[in-house]
Amino acid sequence: MTTDVLTDHHDEHEDHNDHHEKMTGLKRWLYTTNHKDIGTLYLWFSFIMLLTGGALAMVIRMELFQPGLQIVEPDFFNQLTTVHGLIMVFGAIMPAFVGLANWMLPMMIGAPDMALPRLNNWSFWILPFAFGILISSFFMESGAPNFGWTFYAPLSTTYSNGSTAFFVFAVHIMGISSIMGAINIVVTIMNLRAPGMSYMKMPLFVWTFFITAYLLIAVMPVLAGVVTMVLTDTYFGTSFFNAAGGGDPVMFQHIFWFFGHPEVYIMILPAFGVVSTTIPTFARKRLFGYSSMVYATASIAILSFVVWAHHMFTTGMPLAGELFFMYCTMLIAVPTGVKVFNWMATMWRGSITFETPMLFSIAFVILFTIGGFSGLMLAMTPVDFQYHDTYFVVAHFHYVLVTGSLFSIYAGCYYWLPKWTGHMYNDALSKWHFWCSLISVNVLFFPMHFLGLAGMPRRIPDYALQFADFNKVVSIGGFAFGLSQLIFLVLVIKCIRGGEKAPAKPWEGAEGLEWTVASPAPYHTFTTPPKID
Amino acid sequence: MDNNTNNLPEQPEIEKKQKTPLLVKKLMLLVFAMFGFGFALVPLYNVFCDITGLNGKTNSTAAVYAADGIDSSRNIRVQFISHITNGMPWEFSPITKEVTVHPGELKVVKFYAKNNAGQDLVGQAVPSISPGIAHSYFQKIECFCFNQQPLKAHEAVEMAVQFYIDPELPEDITTVTLSYTLFNVTESVKQSEIAKN
Repeated sequence: MTTDVLTDHHDEHEDHNDHHEKMTGLKRWLYTTNHKDIGTLYLWFSFIMLLTGGALAMVIRMELFQPGLQIVEPDFFNQLTTVHGLIMVFGAIMPAFVGLANWMLPMMIGAPDMALPRLNNWSFWILPFAFGILISSFFMESGAPNFGWTFYAPLSTTYSNGSTAFFVFAVHIMGISSIMGAINIVVTIMNLRAPGMSYMKMPLFVWTFFITAYLLIAVMPVLAGVVTMVLTDTYFGTSFFNAAGGGDPVMFQHIFWFFGHPEVYIMILPAFGVVSTTIPTFARKRLFGYSSMVYATASIAILSFVVWAHHMFTTGMPLAGELFFMYCTMLIAVPTGVKVFNWMATMWRGSITFETPMLFSIAFVILFTIGGFSGLMLAMTPVDFQYHDTYFVVAHFHYVLVTGSLFSIYAGCYYWLPKWTGHMYNDALSKWHFWCSLISVNVLFFPMHFLGLAGMPRRIPDYALQFADFNKVVSIGGFAFGLSQLIFLVLVIKCIRGGEKAPAKPWEGAEGLEWTVASPAPYHTFTTPPKID
Repeated sequence: MDNNTNNLPEQPEIEKKQKTPLLVKKLMLLVFAMFGFGFALVPLYNVFCDITGLNGKTNSTAAVYAADGIDSSRNIRVQFISHITNGMPWEFSPITKEVTVHPGELKVVKFYAKNNAGQDLVGQAVPSISPGIAHSYFQKIECFCFNQQPLKAHEAVEMAVQFYIDPELPEDITTVTLSYTLFNVTESVKQSEIAKN
């Protein structure tokens, strides 16, 4: 099938190219409905947001470099942690995955484009406005939101500063963008698969996005609902979360975490999809236990709806509730364990080579597992009472989000960069990026476990003297990790500008339809659906 | 560029074109349903807490004293505590810190409140009971928390709570704590009065 397809639509793509040459410069990007253009936009946007959120984190780490207040006031510190969290979750990780989905999904299922190209354009182009609104609140009199990215009531209602409305509308727009993106992904996967590609023949990458998109459709509206309640409580005198008017602040946490827990799987399931693509390639073996991977992903998604209250063990739940949520949470370790063991079994006795995507993938498997284990520790109700709101929690979710999600995104970028740009990237530079990131990220986040166990609370600009040494180490790791990401920026720019010509399939063990088209991928691919055997 | 997907020669494409709007509609329906579900969680939460007594919310309207007899074999300690929310210039405290009652026995205790501000303010006390499981056995016949408490500038007042404890109270509970949190609702009262006129 491969060669036929290649020549077939090569001709067609030239026809189309004439048509598209007319759009140039900004207009091309503004009006584009091409999934590859939009994927590129998403990826660049998320990288800019990563650097923005990272810059905020650098200020946080500068302040925490030594005890006492040096650089920022406590209120501004709270604004930094809040906006850092919001940007990284909604601006960096989620759009990066949507970018990967846009670029790769149609090519992997043999579709000509996403099913709803205009919607696709919209769902990207409202995002910069959302973050423009959010970040602009830094320059307002009252400052940016300062109640933490989880915006617990009454911090976000009774005690919030003047920018809450901006925060709420920014989150609304981010939610609308995510929902439109998710609908597009579901429709594309359900309707545009090439003839012969049954659900159980889809690459696992496609499966994880399929399930993630359903999670997004189910929980982003709940987030929209809860921010709307915060808005009306703050400005229109309702009392959803105000005890004086008959409301309940604890209810905020229930509604928020009903969104919030599936949200963490929205950020990790696509990561599973990426490494399930890269590991078989560089181990030169088929993915071990494909169908068990599919079922494990689905069961993680379903379980994510019944574990939300493990974020709230210390709110005074009855024992029965604590036990229920503790056991359900621990149950998630089973499908997650299935996945980790499947990746290990895929590598077992494979002929492994250590190209950069594989390095990031192996680091992902190891470090994500560390994050998973600290998650299991936090799931245990009795010990959670000690760990709650300490740096142990910070260490946990940065292990799963940075060395988990972000590393998998890097793995995906290094894996597909030759396909996107048509050039091989500078291998030495990519190795520098990997090793610098790997070492610094562990210097950054690993000591946080000890800080948390020793009792250092999160979200504070100042701390007791006994935490000083570890915080210094953490800050140095933070600066090193931040700088290491600039290597990636240089590498990508160099790769776009030139480099060794990439073949259609630069990785020996790679499988999948995306490698049957030329590198760089033609503007239009699979206008004639390929045949799947 | 509009016809990115339109000029495809393949037959199945036509079929898919009809399927897509239907699927989009279904998914949009799911989105709206989940948005509604987010709001439905509010009453669901209250009903759930009411049935299970998870939240320690006591009755907000007067209960009727049913003299089923007093169980003098048991002694229950009832403690009273009070909190004032941020920035409310009132004094608010229980005059009796603790009483011992038999289940079924009717009891009156008093709270003291004083408005230290130079202006009239309206307060609203919100009760909560601990352990939460005791909420459905702690019955208030009369309580200042059923209404708002307007106090003129520098006015002081004693406010009564009349209650009894249901003899059905589980055996293992020997101490019940009733906590009142006082909120400043002056602004919202003003707003609703303006709205009425």
